Amino acid sequence: MQARLIAKDLACRRGERLLFRGLSLALEPGEALHVTGANGIGKSSLLRILAGLTRPFAGEIAHEGSVGLLDERLALDEAVSLGKALDFWRGLDGAKDMSAFERLALADLLDVPVRYLSTGQRKRAAMVRLLGANAAIWLLDEPLNGLDDEARLTVERLAAEHCERGGICVVASHQHFAMAGKRALALADYAA
Amino acid sequence: MREFGLLLRRDLALLLPGGRGGAGVLPLLFFLAVAMLYPFAVGPEPELLARTGGGVIWIAALLAAILPLERLVTGDLDAGVFDQLHLRGIGEEWAMASRLLAHWLTFAPFLLLAALPAAALLGLAQETTRTVLLGLLAGTPGLAAIGLIVAALTASLRGGAALAGLMTIPLAVPILIFGAGALARNDASGLWLTAAISLALCAIAPLAAGAAIRAAREQ
Repeated sequence: MQARLIAKDLACRRGERLLFRGLSLALEPGEALHVTGANGIGKSSLLRILAGLTRPFAGEIAHEGSVGLLDERLALDEAVSLGKALDFWRGLDGAKDMSAFERLALADLLDVPVRYLSTGQRKRAAMVRLLGANAAIWLLDEPLNGLDDEARLTVERLAAEHCERGGICVVASHQHFAMAGKRALALADYAA
Repeated sequence: MREFGLLLRRDLALLLPGGRGGAGVLPLLFFLAVAMLYPFAVGPEPELLARTGGGVIWIAALLAAILPLERLVTGDLDAGVFDQLHLRGIGEEWAMASRLLAHWLTFAPFLLLAALPAAALLGLAQETTRTVLLGLLAGTPGLAAIGLIVAALTASLRGGAALAGLMTIPLAVPILIFGAGALARNDASGLWLTAAISLALCAIAPLAAGAAIRAAREQ
């Protein structure tokens, strides 16, 4: 898996406020990074910049390999069944493998409309979407929110497996995220 | 191309009457209700109705085109659908081109069908009905394009729906002038001009709406 993520001297501004500045990072295949910091410090903004969705106020981003983003926004149609909603993304991504549903314990919920799903079930559904995309670089924004203990372990294991395959994983979370060999980045160190 | 097909299929399911995201049959009922109310308001004289009925159908069509705008872009923008498409290398322009086609397909054919009973209610002559239908056929792509641009521009604003309606009306004036104006002339020049405006708008709409969605991310 070809993966590389390089950011140079990033600064981020939200409205009139400078959130962080001078942030540089370089991630090689198989590396994981845990971004920590208090609420509102700019973790989600950083991930969106790394994903290339928003432009940084200053600095540059370069990536090699496709990017997958998991954030609080599900991108699944609320009114249709979970299976159908995921089928759209899996169709786009050409995902065939059904094992993701089993691993995230969603196989029994495929007929349930997305709007009836609980917070944790939604998070797991988004994880299935991410797995189907087969992206080289994973950007996970608070991936453990709302998950029970078993699902937490599953997500942590999936992230570890992704890195073993040579992928890159960036986790932004104020919670503990168990993963061997991960680097930590405290966003507070770069606060402006 | 395969991606565009998947996008279009999803957009159609979203917007079709009875679909999950569209305004359903409400715009059509609204359209018919206007045509039905008009004789009550101006009196039932057949001559008056036959002379002004074509214009009323145009106004009703324009107002009905505004109703589905609210849910055209907002839902998917809030759900992060366009972000996920962007990450898969599918540009906002593609997503908007598919949305434009789906919006027109789920709106115009039904409107044209509903225009027939509306024309009958107003007692329009066959020739006038034909001009109205051809005008709507030429003008609805333009109305759909304006609607999409405005919906994308206002999607991230609070109270965007009301603003969308207000912004659509002045932009639709050229289509209305030439489309409804064709009723007063004996040649087809008005229809051709309407079609030309529609084509230009349809060419611009995906680019403008795509840019609006990218701009909404930076907020």
